[in-house]
Amino acid sequence: MGNIVKVGMADLKALRHPAVLTTLGLGSCVGIALIDMRTNIIGLAHAMLPDSLQINNRSNTAKFVDTAIDELIAEMGKLGAVKAGIVAKLAGGAQMFSFSQSSDLMRIGHRNVIAAKEKLRQLGVPLVAEDTGGNYGRTIELDSATGILLVKTIGYGIKRI
Amino acid sequence: MKKKMSLNFDKLNSFQIDVLKEIGNIGAGNAATALAKMLRRKVDMDVPKVKVLKFQEVSEILGRADIPVVGLLLRVTGDIKGSIMFILENEAARIWVNILMGKTHAERNECLKFDEIEISALKEIANILSSSYLSALSTLTGLNIMPSVPELAIDMVGAIVSVPAIEFGKLGDSVLYIETEFLEGNTRVVGDFFLVPDFDSYGVLLKALGVLN
Repeated sequence: MGNIVKVGMADLKALRHPAVLTTLGLGSCVGIALIDMRTNIIGLAHAMLPDSLQINNRSNTAKFVDTAIDELIAEMGKLGAVKAGIVAKLAGGAQMFSFSQSSDLMRIGHRNVIAAKEKLRQLGVPLVAEDTGGNYGRTIELDSATGILLVKTIGYGIKRI
Repeated sequence: MKKKMSLNFDKLNSFQIDVLKEIGNIGAGNAATALAKMLRRKVDMDVPKVKVLKFQEVSEILGRADIPVVGLLLRVTGDIKGSIMFILENEAARIWVNILMGKTHAERNECLKFDEIEISALKEIANILSSSYLSALSTLTGLNIMPSVPELAIDMVGAIVSVPAIEFGKLGDSVLYIETEFLEGNTRVVGDFFLVPDFDSYGVLLKALGVLN
């Protein structure tokens, strides 16, 4: 196992093999894991909001699902990844609080996941696995050796997707 | 305020921070008094710390983003709309619940699970704290502000904090929160408090506070 590198909220990183990328305590944000299985180059983004076009201040590209995916693919490209070989896995997008009256604040997790799927589809990046939704947090780890995304929770078990 | 869309906490000046700190102070003072009445004990508090953090740092306010915490979220309605969140470390939440329910010190560190009555007790604490904060804010601004019934979640701090952080994310690249420390006897209980006005309410709030030209 390579070095473990942490990705914070509104943050993204791409690394060459061998490496493990992790993000802790993913809630309504969405974790976007990209893997180029030919070169074993991996990338992970922790995006907070679905759409950069709805917000005026969009200087932080990692904050938005759409710009984060573009940026992450570009970063992986710099390391030598080939876009045609990249596949995606998604985790997060939970609804942490269950209010009866639905508002934007409550549905943001779901919207983040929808936005990520739409962006991946536009770019022709196949979505091969996901563990999204629910009402609980997730800690994820992406391993460049296997491309497996490990999803850990409090009380909802561990998954490998 | 036409430029409210570009308003953000990244650019708060020290005067604005002081005003927010003062609100925190008065609010926490009210909260300590209310808690003391409810518990029939002396409850002290330290001067709250107002903090502005980058997103990358905010999920690690307690050290690690995967520490389990109790998060209590209330919607705010009236002249401003938004939400209020309290975060208590599980251990701190356990201390409050035990004090409230008259349990002994020996039972304090037992388990991290809360039963239905204990969850009601936590929600009641959130009610008291948020009402105290909001009445301080209301008095200072002359705005009519009311909290909803609280919702509770117990999970990783990063996941809980993502809810207010996302709201702040619509405005800028940092999160503002107030760390409050209560003292009951020799017991210190730290609680983190986020006041998150909805997108359109920022201008209204800062204007009413007289800190926005």
